[in-house]
Amino acid sequence: MTTTLAAGVGEPGINIGIFLAVVAVTLFIVYRVSTRNASAADYYAAGSAFTGVQNGIALSGDYLSAASFLGIAGAIAVNGYDGFLFSIGFMVAWLVPLLLIAERFRNTGRFTMGDVISFRMRQRPVRAAAANATLVISFFYMLAQMAGAGGLVALLLDIHSTGGQALVIAVVGVIMISYVLVGGMKGTTWVQIIKATLLLVCVVMMSVFILGKFGFNLSDLLGKAAQNNALGESVLDPGARYGKSGTSRLDFVSLSLALVLGAAALPHVLMRFYTVPNAKEARRSVVWATWAMVIFYLSTLAIGYGASAIVGSTAITGAPGGENSAAPLLAFHVGGALLLGIVSAVAFTTILAVVAGLTLTASASFAHDVYANVIKRGHPEPGAEVRVARLTAVVIGCLAIGGGILATGQNVASLVALAFALAASANLPTLLYTLFWRGFNTTGTLWSIYGGLGSCLILIVFSPVVSGASNSIVTGVDFHWFPLSNPGIVSIPLSFVLGFVGAKLGRPEGTRDAELEVRSITGIGAG
Amino acid sequence: MTTTTSFSRADHFTGEAESAPDFEAIRNSPEFVRLRRRLLRFIFPVSALFLVWYLTYVVLAAYAHEFMSERVWGNVTVGLLLGLSQFVTTVVIMLCYLRFAKRRVDPAVAELRGDNA
Repeated sequence: MTTTLAAGVGEPGINIGIFLAVVAVTLFIVYRVSTRNASAADYYAAGSAFTGVQNGIALSGDYLSAASFLGIAGAIAVNGYDGFLFSIGFMVAWLVPLLLIAERFRNTGRFTMGDVISFRMRQRPVRAAAANATLVISFFYMLAQMAGAGGLVALLLDIHSTGGQALVIAVVGVIMISYVLVGGMKGTTWVQIIKATLLLVCVVMMSVFILGKFGFNLSDLLGKAAQNNALGESVLDPGARYGKSGTSRLDFVSLSLALVLGAAALPHVLMRFYTVPNAKEARRSVVWATWAMVIFYLSTLAIGYGASAIVGSTAITGAPGGENSAAPLLAFHVGGALLLGIVSAVAFTTILAVVAGLTLTASASFAHDVYANVIKRGHPEPGAEVRVARLTAVVIGCLAIGGGILATGQNVASLVALAFALAASANLPTLLYTLFWRGFNTTGTLWSIYGGLGSCLILIVFSPVVSGASNSIVTGVDFHWFPLSNPGIVSIPLSFVLGFVGAKLGRPEGTRDAELEVRSITGIGAG
Repeated sequence: MTTTTSFSRADHFTGEAESAPDFEAIRNSPEFVRLRRRLLRFIFPVSALFLVWYLTYVVLAAYAHEFMSERVWGNVTVGLLLGLSQFVTTVVIMLCYLRFAKRRVDPAVAELRGDNA
C-alpha cells in the first residue's frame, strides 16, 4: 500500500488550495496591521509594542524552521535515535538566551545586533563587522530554507520539472518580500505568530493521535518503529547516523556544540528581543518560546518514530522529498488528503515566514549598521534609512530566490547546522565578552567576529559538505582536507581565544563602559 | 551618603531627558555592585552546569553506545530516558531562573531605577 504513495501524495489541488488560503489570510492581516509611513522603530522593531507572550510565540515561529519540522521528523523516522539528538540540541540551546543574553541584549540595543556590540567600541569598524556576520549567517540560513522549499514542492504539488520548481520558489519569494515590504517587523511578527500556532497545534494533534494509536504505550510505538525500519532494532540506539567512525562521532560532538551555542547568536532571533518594550518582557518571550520548544521537540519524537512505524522507512526514503517527506507522508496516512494539505500548508508558511524574518533582519543590519552608521556616520537624512532597508529587502529577497533555485536538492539540515556554527563562532563570543567583560575592546571584537566567521567559512569550504563526499555540493572534484562536516568544535573555541587575545593586545576603550554595565543589567537609559 | 545623592539624581533623570544619568556613580554604588554580583553568581554557574550536563549527554551518545542502548523497560533505552531528562532539566532550570529573577533581581532593579514607587 505504501508503493502507490511514492509516486505522488494526496491531491495537489487540496494542497494548493489550503496553502493559498493561508497566504491570503496572512497577507490580509499583514496589510491590516501595517503602519503607514513607518519610522525606523516601526519597521525594525514594531515600535517595541508586542507583549512577551506574542513575541515568545513569534520567536518559536522564527526558530522552528522547515528544517526543524521536516528535517528532524525525517531524521528520526529514518535514523531513529540520532535524529532525536538534533531535537535535544535545538531545545537545550534556549537556556543560553534565557540566562545570558536576552534581557541584557534588550536593555542595551534598539534595532540590530550591531547596536549592542558597537555600544562602547569604535562605531564604524565594529558595525561593519556586525553587518558582515549578520548577512553571511542570514544568507546561509535562507539558502537552507529555500532549498527545503524546492523539495517540498516536488513532493506536495507534484511538480518535478526544474523550471516548474524554480517558478514556485520565485512565487514563494515574491510573497515573502511583500510580507516584509508591507508589514515590516509588525507584519512579519504576526505571520510568525499565526504560523507558529498552526504548526504547534498540528504537531501536538498528530503526536497525540499517534500515541493514542499505540495505546499511549511508548515502548509499543518504538517496537513497531524498529520493526518497520530498514535499520531494525538499531534505530532505538545511538549511532545509526553518526556512529560509523571516529570522525563521524567527533562530527556529531561538533554539531551538538554548534546547535547549543548557535541559537542565541542567530541575528534574526536576537532582533526579536527588540520588539518588546523592556527586559522583563524579553525574558517572558524566551520562557514562552522555550515552552513551545519543549512541546514541539517532544512531539518530533512521536512524529518521527510514528512515521517509521506507520509509513515505514523505505517508503519515506523512496518518496520524492526523501527524508523530508516523513511528516507529510505520516499526515496522509493518519488524516488523508485533508490533513496532508494542512501539514503542507503549514510547512510552506513556515518557510515563507522564516525567510521573511531573515530578510527583514539582513536588510535592517545593512540599512542601520552599514548605511546609517558606517556610510552616513550616524546622521542619515530623515526617512532615508527605512527606504534603504526596504530596497535592501528586495535585493536580498531576489538573492534568496536565486540561491534557492540553485540550492534545490541540498541537505537542508546540514545547511542549517552550518548557519548555527557560523552564528556561534562569529557572534556568541563577542556578545558574551561585550556584556560581561569590562576589558573587552574594539580589537577583541574584530578579531573574534572576523576570526570566528573566517575560520568557520574556510573550514566549511574545505569540508566534505562542499567536496569529496557522495552528497557534496560540488561533485567531480575533491579539495577537502578538513574531515568534519560541522566546524563548530574548532571555530567556536578559536573565536573565544581570538577575542581574548585581541582584547589583551588592543587599546582599552575607556568610554561608556559604566553606561553599558548599568544599562545592560538595569535598563536605566534604555529606549 | 554621596551615593544616595547620585541615586536620587539618577531617579530624576530616567524619565526626562534633561541629561544622562551618572552611570559611573550607579556602577560604583553598593546596591548595583550587590545586584551584579548576585546575578552573575546565578547565571554563570547555572550556564556552566547545563552546558556540562548537555555535553556529557552528547559524549555518551557519541561514544557510549552500549550503555545508551541498554533496555530499561520494553523498548525504552537508557539513551531515550537521558534524552528526555534533558527536557526535564531545561524546564527545571528555566523555572528556577524565573523564580530567582522575580525574587532577587526585579525588586533590586526596580529600586535602582526608582520606578518602584
